[in-house]
Formats: sequence, C-alpha cells, structure tokens
Amino acid sequence: MIEWADEGTVLSLRRHGETSAIIEVFTSGHGRHAGVVRGGASRRMAPVLQPGGQVAVTWKARLDEHLGTFTVEPRRSRPSLVMGERLALAGLNAIAALLTFTLPERDPHPALYDRTSALLDLADQPDLWPLAYLHWEVALLEEMGFALDLSRCAATGQTTGLSYISPRTGRAVSAEGAGEWADRLLPLPPVLLGDGDAGPDDMKLAFDVTGHFISKSLLPSLGDRPVPPARQRLVDLICRDD
Amino acid sequence: MTDGPSEDIEALIDLMARLPGLGPRSARRAVLHLIQKRGKLMLPLAQAMQAVGSTARECLNCGNIGTSDICGICDNPKRASGQICVVEDVADLWAMERANVFSGRYHVLGGTLSALDAIGPEDLRIPKLLDRVITEEITEVILALSATIDGQTTAHYIADQLPGVSVTSLAQGVPVGGELDYLDDGTITAALKARRSL
Repeated sequence: MIEWADEGTVLSLRRHGETSAIIEVFTSGHGRHAGVVRGGASRRMAPVLQPGGQVAVTWKARLDEHLGTFTVEPRRSRPSLVMGERLALAGLNAIAALLTFTLPERDPHPALYDRTSALLDLADQPDLWPLAYLHWEVALLEEMGFALDLSRCAATGQTTGLSYISPRTGRAVSAEGAGEWADRLLPLPPVLLGDGDAGPDDMKLAFDVTGHFISKSLLPSLGDRPVPPARQRLVDLICRDD
Repeated sequence: MTDGPSEDIEALIDLMARLPGLGPRSARRAVLHLIQKRGKLMLPLAQAMQAVGSTARECLNCGNIGTSDICGICDNPKRASGQICVVEDVADLWAMERANVFSGRYHVLGGTLSALDAIGPEDLRIPKLLDRVITEEITEVILALSATIDGQTTAHYIADQLPGVSVTSLAQGVPVGGELDYLDDGTITAALKARRSL
C-alpha cells in the first residue's frame, strides 16, 4: 500500500456515487492530485471540500497509478471568507480553473504552491488582491516554462525605458530598440515592472499581456484548450472595480 | 443454476436499484414489500407512476415540475407579489414551499455556473429570469442558492445582471438547533460576519 500525507488547497469537487466525492487538491509535495473521499458528499464534509479550502490530506492506494483515496482534515476555511466578496470569489474561481487547466497531474510545484497559498490568504483584502493576482499569473507562466524576461531590452540590452514586450519571446523591448516594429509588439505597462500606480488602464494592459501568453503559449502546449472563462470574468471585474 | 426471482421481478429489481438511495439489496427488499402489499401499494403506485409519467412536465415560466404547461404557483394570482425567489433546482423549490414562508413566485435555474464544468449563463435559465423580471414587474429578486463557491458565483453573476432591481440572498450561519461546538469553521465565520444587533 502506498501512502503519503501533505497539506493542500482544494481545486475541485465532483460527486462520485451517492456518498463519495472525487476531489483535486493542489499540494506542495505532490502537485495537483486527485483522489476519492469516502463520505465526501455528506453535509459534514461539504464545507471542508469547497474549492479554495486548505486541508490536510492522506492519500492511499495499492498502486501508484490508481486514483486512490484521500482522508481529509480541515485546516483553514477560505471559502467562507470570500463568498460575500464578488472580486475574491471570481479570483478564487480563476485560480482554481487556471491551476486545473494548466498544471500537469502529480507534478510538484512547491514555489507556485507557496505563491498560490499566499494569494488565497489575501482573498478578503480587495485592495491588495488584483495586483497580487497579476503577479501570480506571471509566476504561473514562469513555473510552466514561459517566463517573461523584463530585466533588459532584447534588442539593445538597456535596462531603462522598457516600453514593449515581444509577443513571441516574452522579452522586454525598449522604445529605442522597438523602432519600426513597435506596432507589432505588446505595450509593457509599468505595473508589470513593479512601477506605476496599478490604475485600471495599466492593469488592463498587464492582463492583456499575461492573457496573451496564457492563451498563445501556455494553453497550446497543453492541447490547445481555450482560456477558462473564469479568468476573463475576474479580469473584467478588476478592470471595472478599479 | 439457482431458483431466484423470475425474470420480470429481476427486471423490476434492476430498475428500482437505479433509484437514488437504493442499491441492489435494498431494491430487492422494496420489491418484495411491494409484492406482499400488491393491492394496497403496488398497483396504486403503478397507476400513480403511469399518470405522472404521462402528465409531468416543466413549467414554461419558472421551470417547476407540474402537470400543466404553467404550474400552480405561476398560475396563482395571489402569489404575484413582485418578489421572485431564484433556486437551483426543483427540490429546492419544494423545500421552500414546505417551509411555507414565501408567498411570491419562483424561478428554477437548473443548476449553477461552474468554471470547471464549463457551465455558463446560457446553459441555465438565467436569460429567462432576466426576461421575467421585466415582464412581471419584479421589485425584489431573492437568491436562494447554495452556500457553495459555484452557488455564490451564480448569485453574484445574477446580481450583476439586474441593476436597478433589489437583489437579496439568503443569510448564512448557525442552523436552527445547531450547537457551535459541532459547526465547521466556515459556518462559524459566515455567522460571525452576518451577526446582527439584538
């Protein structure tokens, strides 16, 4: 019998038969991992297994390739904090959807796990949340092998005056370096460089950049699926609420 | 070969075992009970199922299940109070009716939005709800949706679609008869956030 214990965030829940549930949990040491929770459809377990909830899990299976069963203990109930908050709720949906769509199963990403946990813990702080979410998307791209290189201009090597980003390579380009190619490049908002006031226009441009690399680079590498609509709903809300 | 129930009875057991809450063993027990109470239970049950099977349909207005195109609730002029209570499915509507505390009309969505299952607004009866709010001159929409991530996402989405209309939702917190010691952290958090002055 194979067995491990870890802590993780619930990403999704599906009924399995009348009394059980199949959940997906994003854990630090075992990545996105699915398993059956016996009694997971019960009223007692329903609040614990909501997406976003922090749980301690023990996974057991006879063979590694089996779906296996989880024993779940609640650690922190985040969903109850966000249910009344439109923005945080949309954020939680977007995070769960993006992680489910992009993370390969059973592949550990401890750095991304830590960032995700920190982001989810900010969910009830609407003033910090949008910027933190934007940087989480950048971290997601980096973790999946599509890091943006915003340290210097890809053409001239200068580190100041960066105004564009290459839609193909994800590298920053200065206005001088862009020259006549400027209209083929994506505008690089200061907020992505850690500058500026993160106003609605800047945030919109920044989400256009991360959205471009999610849809054009990340998702095609996973079978060309469309970007989860939950992400667009969140971006619309952030750009509207700001 | 064993001499078990006849083919017809086995077929009935198989069908019964597909019902929620019943497995092969309990279905066998139920069928045996029905056969023993054939006159008092089985035949009236068969007639009732025949009647409902041929007449049951979804209300064209609210999505409730009834035996006519427009259900008894939508057809009742006394229930036109300007309030509409939005529920996920018919079982929720029936639960609200059992409580006997709401005198307006209902709207059954047929589910909730789900990011992971790709269930969008057009897959639910949300466009029909927006239509009803205008045509029935609704002044308050009461969202009686599940206290789940999907349920509350649906609630916020509907509220966004209804500017200018009062949109309320059911409270979340300690159930009647509930003891704090037995409640989960999430429910206690929700209850504390929704506390009120006495």
